Amino acid sequence: MITRRNVLAALAAGTLLAATGGIALAQESGQKMYIPVISKGFQHQFWQAVKSGADKAAAEFGVEITFEGPDTESQVDRQIDMLAAALAKQPTAIGFAALDSQAAIPLLQQAKDANIPVIAFDSGVDSDIPVTTAATDNVAAAALAADKMAELIGGKGQIALVVHDQTSRTGVDRRDGFTNRITEKYPEIEIVSTQYGGGDQLQSTEITKSILQANPDLKGIFGANEGSAIGVVNGARELGRQIVIIGYDSGAQQKQAIKDGVMAGAITQNPVGIGYETVKAAVQAAKGESVPKTIDTGFFWYDKSNMDSPEIAAVLYD
Amino acid sequence: MSSTTGTPAGTAAPGAAAKARFSGAQQRLLAFASLIVLVVGFSLASPNFLQTSNILAILQATSVNGVLAVAATLVIITGGIDLSVGTLMTFCAVIAGVVLTNWGMPLPVGILAALAAGAASGVCSGTIIAKLKVPPFIATLGMMLILKGLSLVISGTRPIYFNATPGYTDIAQGSLVGTLIPSVPLPNGVLILFLVALVAHIILRKTILGRFTFALGSNEEAVRLSGVNVDRWKIAVYTLAGGICGVAGLLISSRLNSAQPALGQGYELDAIAAVVIGGTSLSGGRGTIVGTLIGALIISVLTNGLRILSVAQEWQTVVTGSIIILAVYTDMLRRRKV
Repeated sequence: MITRRNVLAALAAGTLLAATGGIALAQESGQKMYIPVISKGFQHQFWQAVKSGADKAAAEFGVEITFEGPDTESQVDRQIDMLAAALAKQPTAIGFAALDSQAAIPLLQQAKDANIPVIAFDSGVDSDIPVTTAATDNVAAAALAADKMAELIGGKGQIALVVHDQTSRTGVDRRDGFTNRITEKYPEIEIVSTQYGGGDQLQSTEITKSILQANPDLKGIFGANEGSAIGVVNGARELGRQIVIIGYDSGAQQKQAIKDGVMAGAITQNPVGIGYETVKAAVQAAKGESVPKTIDTGFFWYDKSNMDSPEIAAVLYD
Repeated sequence: MSSTTGTPAGTAAPGAAAKARFSGAQQRLLAFASLIVLVVGFSLASPNFLQTSNILAILQATSVNGVLAVAATLVIITGGIDLSVGTLMTFCAVIAGVVLTNWGMPLPVGILAALAAGAASGVCSGTIIAKLKVPPFIATLGMMLILKGLSLVISGTRPIYFNATPGYTDIAQGSLVGTLIPSVPLPNGVLILFLVALVAHIILRKTILGRFTFALGSNEEAVRLSGVNVDRWKIAVYTLAGGICGVAGLLISSRLNSAQPALGQGYELDAIAAVVIGGTSLSGGRGTIVGTLIGALIISVLTNGLRILSVAQEWQTVVTGSIIILAVYTDMLRRRKV
């Protein structure tokens, strides 16, 4: 009984304290716009680059932001919890890169009902709720990679793809963008294999080695994200094979491979731009200004010749 | 538990249970006090913390981990460990997806299939541990990977959506309480967590299965020597835990309106953290469901509160880790004094 009474007393005291504290702080909360940005990841260098762009816009427009994302891109429920916590903070607007659009709909609806504009970024959200989407056109970007591949192998021969996965929007878009361009425009090029390594460097290395073993005449491989591309470089190096390697995104290892000539070049998105445009659009939407339905944040081809130019160097990250 | 080691086998089980009940009350108080301190602290620090919608969000976020932690508690009390709870949850969700979406079966069949899949996996784990004598850590590590792989195979590596089963999202997202009392829109997922915890609590305290769960963790050899079929009870505990993971599978897939096959690994560690914070001993023989529930709430409150305070994410994990160590350390201190 003593135990229970103590607990009840503690509970009562706690609630009382909490209530008074809440009131006191509510009065002094600032007028600065607050925009939580919820991404698909956090530790990955790509997301850190997105964060730096968001931070830049926050400083420029004088708003406060937070940047969060789950540990892995499979943790859909963790991302939903982050969105719920963000909504509880009564933000001015929200930046959101959905891991799974459907799972987020109840909370997005809640945001809409509370008149909090939602800005989708990276791969977008399949819903009418976001006022705009700031993202890379992955299909067009991968098609550019296909053109470069065709050019570098002389328009004919066998090639392969190492893709991060067949479920995510980026995985599907890059695979299809590349494959469709090859089949439509380059009839003499044959794609002999398309395999998935989860974006894991080691797994992608093993996949690359098996593709190279099985196809002695292979001329080139496209690695569809950072981890895949590094895996392709490692696999070719371990087997001592000279092929045309085209990568995607940047990162210290990939940049080094391009400098060393092991990798022919890569497509870079503009992660800094994605972060920047997301926060900028959030500020505009919160002020009631009109924003375009989609914001193409752009992409670039880079290789040894142009990677040190200021325009390219600005969008590459380590 | 050294005091019970020397006692005759016949009294080992009730003795352990009585002692566990005693220290459980103290640990519950301690854990509850920490929870209160956290809630008060966050409420003082941010006006947005103690809002009805945020409290409901915290409870909702606790539901899946809480149910998994209840399953893990049962196993840990026997002196075992279950690393497969996270991927088993996913496996059960995928089974529900296949039965409901791919086969078009009615909702109750899907629910039963998910629960049966969980129990069946529990039978496998239990048998591998009890009959093949594979240590629980290894056996359930193997099961964790097997279930992860099977979830990907069965689902074809794609999320399975429940759009064809209206009402599926109500399992976790609807609010039975809210329809009865409109001012309290408590999500069903939270209600289910409380029900699961209540049932597990009653099983542990009032049934023979519960008594043997504690006895196995206190002194398995003594129980065996007194002529009890230890293997059978052990398998029963893992089966029950598996079935509870099936409930978690239903909750998470209902919440996401989809069975996400790649999710689940890593969730076992959060469940075990909740169990440990709640005062259940990893060496077995001691633990409570109420403690686990509080442990799970502490993790959610901490995660949510740090987010509300806009603490940088890299520091959030540092704080959470420190709290786990602190919680177990204070528990050790208290036990040394007893």
